[in-house]
Amino acid sequence: MELKMFILVLGLLVGSLMPLGGASGSPGSGTGQDECKKNNGDEKNGNKTTKKSFPVLSLNYENVRLPFEISLWVLLASLMKLGFHLMPRLSSIVPESCLLIVVGLLVGGLIKLVGKAPPVLESNIFFFYLLPPIILDAGYFLPIRQFTENLGTILMFAVVGTLWNAFFVGGLLYGVCQLEGTNLAGVNLLSCLLFGSVISAVDPVAVLAVFEEIHINELLHILVFGESLLNDAVTVVLYHLFEEFTNAGTITVTDGFLGIVCFLVVSLGGIVVGAIYGILAAFTSRFTSHTRVIEPLFIFVYSYMAYLSAEVFHLSGIMALIACGAVMRPYVEANISHKSHTTIKYFLKMWSSVSDTLIFIFLGVSTVAGPHEWNWIFVVATLVFCLVARVLGVIGLTFVINKFRIVKLTSKDQFIIAYGGLRGAIAFSLVYLLNPKHFPMRNMFLTAIITVIFFTVFVQGMTIRPLVDLLAVKKKQETKRSINEEIHTQFLDHLLTGIEDICGHYGHHHWKDKLNRFNKKYVKKCLIAGERSKEPQLIAFYHKMEMKQAIELVESGGGSKLPSAMPSTVSMQNIQPKKPPQDRALPQLSKAREEEIRKILRTNLQRTRQRLRSYNRHTLIADPFEDGLDEILIKRKKMKELEKKISQMNNYLTVPAPPADSPSVARARLASDPQAWGLKSVTEIPTIKVELVSPQNPESVKVVDEFSKKGSQPKGSEEEGGLTMRVPSSEKQRKDKTPDEEPQPRFMRCLSDPGPAAEDEDEDEPFLP
Amino acid sequence: MGSTNSTLLKIPNVEVLMQETGFSPAHIIRLHDRFKALDKEGRGHLCPHDFGAIKELAMNPIGDRIIGAFFSPGKETVDFHTFVKILAHFRPVDKDRPKEPNSPEPINSRSNKLKFAFQLYDQDKDGKISRDELLQVLRAMLGMQVTDEQLESIADRTIQEADLDRDDTISFEEFRKSLEKINIDHKMSIRFLR
Repeated sequence: MELKMFILVLGLLVGSLMPLGGASGSPGSGTGQDECKKNNGDEKNGNKTTKKSFPVLSLNYENVRLPFEISLWVLLASLMKLGFHLMPRLSSIVPESCLLIVVGLLVGGLIKLVGKAPPVLESNIFFFYLLPPIILDAGYFLPIRQFTENLGTILMFAVVGTLWNAFFVGGLLYGVCQLEGTNLAGVNLLSCLLFGSVISAVDPVAVLAVFEEIHINELLHILVFGESLLNDAVTVVLYHLFEEFTNAGTITVTDGFLGIVCFLVVSLGGIVVGAIYGILAAFTSRFTSHTRVIEPLFIFVYSYMAYLSAEVFHLSGIMALIACGAVMRPYVEANISHKSHTTIKYFLKMWSSVSDTLIFIFLGVSTVAGPHEWNWIFVVATLVFCLVARVLGVIGLTFVINKFRIVKLTSKDQFIIAYGGLRGAIAFSLVYLLNPKHFPMRNMFLTAIITVIFFTVFVQGMTIRPLVDLLAVKKKQETKRSINEEIHTQFLDHLLTGIEDICGHYGHHHWKDKLNRFNKKYVKKCLIAGERSKEPQLIAFYHKMEMKQAIELVESGGGSKLPSAMPSTVSMQNIQPKKPPQDRALPQLSKAREEEIRKILRTNLQRTRQRLRSYNRHTLIADPFEDGLDEILIKRKKMKELEKKISQMNNYLTVPAPPADSPSVARARLASDPQAWGLKSVTEIPTIKVELVSPQNPESVKVVDEFSKKGSQPKGSEEEGGLTMRVPSSEKQRKDKTPDEEPQPRFMRCLSDPGPAAEDEDEDEPFLP
Repeated sequence: MGSTNSTLLKIPNVEVLMQETGFSPAHIIRLHDRFKALDKEGRGHLCPHDFGAIKELAMNPIGDRIIGAFFSPGKETVDFHTFVKILAHFRPVDKDRPKEPNSPEPINSRSNKLKFAFQLYDQDKDGKISRDELLQVLRAMLGMQVTDEQLESIADRTIQEADLDRDDTISFEEFRKSLEKINIDHKMSIRFLR
């Protein structure tokens, strides 16, 4: 039913798209203009015309044509995405990219049927608007740890692999062109080499689109994906090199040498440009504590500027974007508010998703539109050589690389790497940019490239999932990192650094350690605002973990203990969480565990207070409960600290406190019996009480009860630092728990990010673990 | 090649050493050179302050523990054999070695690497990491930037996650289990020592 409605809407949409489709000018046919002409004509015909009536409803399409069409395309792309997920059976067999290309073919075909010329994927639009979001998304969330661990391998594949592919394919194609029987003699060596260099680059868009759906293990994912990102520099250099040579006509050795220098300049220059913008962005984010609303904007604009600046100098824009995102992320995340972080994440995902969809649809449409020149031999030869080159390249390189790796690449890994070398829209756009005057064979190249792209995306994309299952390749581990792993990993890092120092060997760990020290000492102080610059990464990790777990706890089960009769000053209470299944969020949801979580929440809410307060009153509606909450929390924290000190000193008090019935009784008892505590801090108790009474009356009673009971517990019950409550009766325990429940719902509300619960753990890893 | 042979001959029991640790002669020589460089007074064995002279080690938060690991309990000196044997823990694992059923586990097996790391935590050598020992390690790694309370929360949380038999300490088996997802072969190997 849903599906039928959806198809109906889609049909209407495409129907409206057709008369409007066509980037090439449909004649300016706004009816408004015609009206105008008519009116002029009328006037010229003589002065006997009556005043034309005021147009109540007029049609002026020309004004809004461009934004209207763009929006229609984006809407089409998004509806397509929606549609695929309504058909789960189809989307489990065919990867999304294939379906989108098919849709593009259909739309292009429809447009052609109507008679208009379908729009082609303009290279400008592709490179300036469609590609950057995808790359920024990839760069910002790049798993740095795995990337740097495998950097050598990735670089080998990206640089040497691409060069090998380019020359192998280009050379062999030239050989084929020289053969008799094919009328391809017009293709000279340089054109072939250029073609080879363009088609040999693994495409990040296609790789991302396919690999994201198969959830392969992190090592393989980062290898193929990293290769697709870094080979951009090689492609750019080779492309410009061969283009220049085609103009110049001759090649000399100096040109070859200059080419190598150019490669270094392009790649390193791109990275430097990106890093500079990244540092600027990090530095800017240090001062945004008063204007939290536009924080995400800085991130996006700085990154985009990095990309454009690199493009100005013909440096590698992709590498600039990656460098910018990767450099600024740890500092920016320490500075910006939690909500800005969420905004950035979702905006990036949204943009990259839309871009990705549009790219594939346009590929399909361009296939229908583009001028084609089909030459069987050339196309088939290209395809075969591409595949062979990839396989040979991977095998050869792995053989060399494995001599240097500690964890070697198995043949299964090699197969996946070779099979995952998908080509995509970047190759297409690069060929599209070629000047037909210098490259008379451009159309043939276009056809060949489209064929290769279709083949890799359809055949390889569709079959990689069953192959992965068949070969039992290791999949991505879904579990999150535990604090044990975090601590022990850091410990091992220190250990290995120490051993390396003893051996006198300046290895991987030594330099990493030096970089970390430099980072901590100088860079963090500059780029991170306030006291968070001194926060060790273990603590930051721990806080993040606790917060996540607290949110999970509240979402899943903690809220069910809320008694229905609560003071309704907090409207949040009205939201009754449904009875959750037990043990959903945590493996052992025992009482002790919950207690511990709550205790940690209490202590950590002090810190989260800074995050909750991140919005300026002028810009956002104030949360009336935030203020009261903060004060309560501070007071409570102080009280807990006091209690702890007291309880540790009063190990021998075993008299259980009589249950307090009313506030006055409790207060009287405490006030009149200071010797029970024997500490000067007793005098502080009344003050704390008084302040608490004002916001919430019943709560203060229970808190005071808590206090009294805690002090009189025997030390044996203090398992977790003296704050566990082993109260004899369970009712009292429930009563005591309720005040603790209070902050949680509000806490939950303030940190409102009710998005998908399964957050990607990878993003939250510290910078240089 | 003649000089290497003569250097090798100078080291007593070098054959046994090579077999036990799996180092090649080139490595043994390299380590011997390093040993001699550290042993500034030429006594043939190392004392704690020889290690202390390595300045990067002094900056390492667990530097003194590492130094302590070289010295067996009660001994004040480290001879070349012990030196090499301890460093053998960090050799990358040989995957192609044929598995003889009767030979003892090689020093650089995953299990032995983990045992070495465990011993660094467990200073009193009772086979368990107690809460205090964990606190000491955390304090060493995090320095003075953290409050006691935060440290204790982290320690509590750590023990709770890892402690399966609920005795409030982490035994070796629990330690090993909590690290099962981490590639120890990769993490605790130094390529230089292959």
